[in-house]
Amino acid sequence: MTAPRLHPRDYRSDQEVRWCPGCGDYAILRAVEKALAAVGADPDRTVFVSGIGCAARFPYYLATYGFHGIHGRAPAIATGVKIARPELDVWVVGGDGDMLSIGTNHLIHAVRRDLDMVILILDNEVYGLTKGQISPTSPVGTRTPSTPLGSVERPLSALRVALAAGARFVARAADTDRDLPDILVRAHEHPGTAVVEILQNCVVYNDGAFAHVTGREVAAEAQVRPVPGEPLVFGAARDKALRVRPEGGLKMVRLEEVDPADLPRFDPTERELAVMLAALEPPMPVAMGVLLEDPAAEPYERALRRREEEAAAAGPTDLGELLRTGPVWVVPG
Amino acid sequence: MAVAEESGRTREAGREVRELETAVVRFAGDSGDGIQLSGRLFTLSTALAGHGLETFPDFPAEIRAPAGTTYGVSAYQIHFGGRRVRTVGDRPDVLVALNPAALRVHLEGLAPGTVVILDSGSFTERNLRKAGFARDPRTDGTLASFRVIGIDISDLTKRATAHTGLGVRECLRAKNFFALGLVFWMFDRDLAPVEAWARARFRDRPAVLEANLAALRAGHALAETTEIPQLPSFRVPRARFRPGLYRALTGHEAIAFGLVDGARRAGLPLFYASYPITPASPVLHQLARMRGLGVTTFQAEDEIAAVSAAIGASYAGAIGVTGTSGPGLDLKQEAIGLAVMAELPLVVVDMQRAGPSTGMPTKTEQSDLLAALWGRHGDAPVVVLAASGPADAFERAREAVRLAVHHMVPVILLADAFVANAAEPWRIPDLAREPDWPVRFRTENGDFRPYARDDRMVRPWVVPGTPGLAHRIGGLEKDEFGRVSYDPDNHERMGRARWKKVLRVAEDLPPAELEQGEPGDCVCVVGWGGTWGPISRAVTTRRRRGERVAHLHLRHLWPLPRGLGELLRSFDHLLVVEMNRGQLVRLLRGEYLVDARSHLATRGRPFAVDEIERAIDAMVEEHCR
Ligand code: SF4
Repeated sequence: MTAPRLHPRDYRSDQEVRWCPGCGDYAILRAVEKALAAVGADPDRTVFVSGIGCAARFPYYLATYGFHGIHGRAPAIATGVKIARPELDVWVVGGDGDMLSIGTNHLIHAVRRDLDMVILILDNEVYGLTKGQISPTSPVGTRTPSTPLGSVERPLSALRVALAAGARFVARAADTDRDLPDILVRAHEHPGTAVVEILQNCVVYNDGAFAHVTGREVAAEAQVRPVPGEPLVFGAARDKALRVRPEGGLKMVRLEEVDPADLPRFDPTERELAVMLAALEPPMPVAMGVLLEDPAAEPYERALRRREEEAAAAGPTDLGELLRTGPVWVVPG
Repeated sequence: MAVAEESGRTREAGREVRELETAVVRFAGDSGDGIQLSGRLFTLSTALAGHGLETFPDFPAEIRAPAGTTYGVSAYQIHFGGRRVRTVGDRPDVLVALNPAALRVHLEGLAPGTVVILDSGSFTERNLRKAGFARDPRTDGTLASFRVIGIDISDLTKRATAHTGLGVRECLRAKNFFALGLVFWMFDRDLAPVEAWARARFRDRPAVLEANLAALRAGHALAETTEIPQLPSFRVPRARFRPGLYRALTGHEAIAFGLVDGARRAGLPLFYASYPITPASPVLHQLARMRGLGVTTFQAEDEIAAVSAAIGASYAGAIGVTGTSGPGLDLKQEAIGLAVMAELPLVVVDMQRAGPSTGMPTKTEQSDLLAALWGRHGDAPVVVLAASGPADAFERAREAVRLAVHHMVPVILLADAFVANAAEPWRIPDLAREPDWPVRFRTENGDFRPYARDDRMVRPWVVPGTPGLAHRIGGLEKDEFGRVSYDPDNHERMGRARWKKVLRVAEDLPPAELEQGEPGDCVCVVGWGGTWGPISRAVTTRRRRGERVAHLHLRHLWPLPRGLGELLRSFDHLLVVEMNRGQLVRLLRGEYLVDARSHLATRGRPFAVDEIERAIDAMVEEHCR
């Protein structure tokens, strides 16, 4: 049945890629190709669904089935695809405008329903395709053509939204992270909606927006990468760690000042910890990698299908029969 | 021995008997009084008695409006008799008013001699005041011209149900069954079918069942005794129906059944996505109960998600359908445009209601026609159908599926709150004897171009999962190969193709045809959708008087039927009757340069026959003498 294993480049379509040179989307595209090859995805049974924006061009560049929809609605379109054909491998790709502004409602409800699909949120903290306005994830004070005096609104966090909606798998990575393909593989393996936030550099309108987190010289200090079963240690000298404050939230401590036995160990099935990790912002280290992986429930489309089979077993399965049940009367000839 | 009195009225055993070709009964009361249930049960009994019938449930948007208020009044009217009944009836012959507010709301337009049954127990000073009566209408002459029969239904119901052990409030809830018992006697109906229905319905609540049955029988018994000698009974003939098996059919059911049948004939699963909205939700409820028939229902987080999920399902090889009403149609338009561009099948059911904005959500109107036709940005043609009544809604719903899947195009099916809620007798079709029209997905490899068109301008439907045909579609303009294209000539070509493809659907539909009359008549009354009944009746009465009046009713609004322009031009005068401020008339004038005139009304209820008759008469008077 399964086709011979493909090489990452076999997932590339013949379309010319039209992102700006140097755009972080290229690296993400490569990572997705690698992940598809790693999981042995059948291009004919794989569907990429997107909305509108730079990120949403994704489906054109992959040799799978693809549906480039309308702004914000990709999770809803994908929901219809997945319910109609649960056997398809469905990926949703959108930017911060798609997923956290015009289509946030669909993101929330797709996650809440927990269909078995992957949602990639390519966050560049700016509107690229419309030439550089602030996005819902731009930090306060961002100056753009639409906010020449600096923005005054607070940003939204993709993963906190996803977790609030009940996500069972959330992960965060940078576009050029070496482990991005692995994270995508794990997201794909998760039986439910997996949300991956990818910090994506927009070289044209918001270059270096994540440099203070992802820059090679600062990453070790600016990031914490939780490892299952291990304490949350970070720092270039691996001399710092996170512990849980009694009143909630995480606190930074120096390793030398604490008893390692007092430090929480990362358990990827622990929702409370994931919520605290996802909320970390500079000057605290930003949590990267898989923050929650809790594959417990039955995906929505399977639960739905099961009910339909039960209904088919219990009730009439023929319309003609149904029409004749209930009050009917005969007019004799 | 019957003794003739005035025309159609005789006396039997000292009591008046009225003979009517068709009769109209209207139940009215508080929205908590179970009026809709009384109406439905009377409809069931009427259907089983072999009459032609048409119903008009009319209820407030508030679920439990404050008791006793005029805006909390719920009503159910049924028109039935010895022929195919096409309208809900202009005026009732019997009005049952369970409180003063119900009387107040329905007093207007009553004909002299109407039998008005009142629950005198509810005519307290407080209730009269709430209903806005300064004086008691029973004694101040307001009701002088009617046959008023005051019965303390509240008290009698309490007494008849006291033995059930239910509290007074619960006992009083059986008032509607008491009233039903009275009316059943007046029309010589069998209690058994309703008793059987109640036994099944209240199986788990024996006390409630007992109260309802006791009240029903008490009402019937009271009417039968001579305690209310002024209560007339009625004789209404049965209708002659085509032989066959019948059931009552509402517009909601019809659409659900039609969609299921259409999907089955296409060989596709049905995916119905909807966001709750009045008056479309009952279609969702009906389909949700039909999951064993290849139906998946999906209650989406909003209107846009519902249509988007339906498009996703169509893309994946189901027939995606979304149901809504006007406000939801507005929200779905962008996504409908996507389906136009992606050239995917989609059915959008719009149960029109009185607008704009929230308008009057439970009241009927036909004011979404132009929004359905032209309400999207860009040139985004779709197929638009309209259901003229419940039985027609079944045909249109399955036709919508057929056209969508065979022409790769979105279809908007317009119904309205009246069609949705109305019920009529329906001869159950023998579905097994009708032809299927299965869909063929493209699966062959080689020379695959996603937007290559066949001789009907239709592109291939390739569902994900098909080996070797992976491709990309979407909202950006594409060339034949599915590549994004900004080429000016390509956009010109694709825009024309989308337009022509929809126009060609007319070849797959019947040509324009008259309901009544002949081409060349002096006046042609043109209608569409839910106004079929009153127009049809009005034209019949005028033709019986020898007027040269025809009736044309459009069920296909885009593309318009073949031969329509020629047919329209054959008449001396055109009278377009519709429940909006002039939408079809604009379309016909624009398309055919005909001098069509309008008769318009937007009162939230179906046209009365005599209103259309007057409009016809005025035109005939002016032009045809
Ligand atoms: S505008 Fe920014 S996000 Fe868009 S393609 Fe260019 S660099 Fe990438």
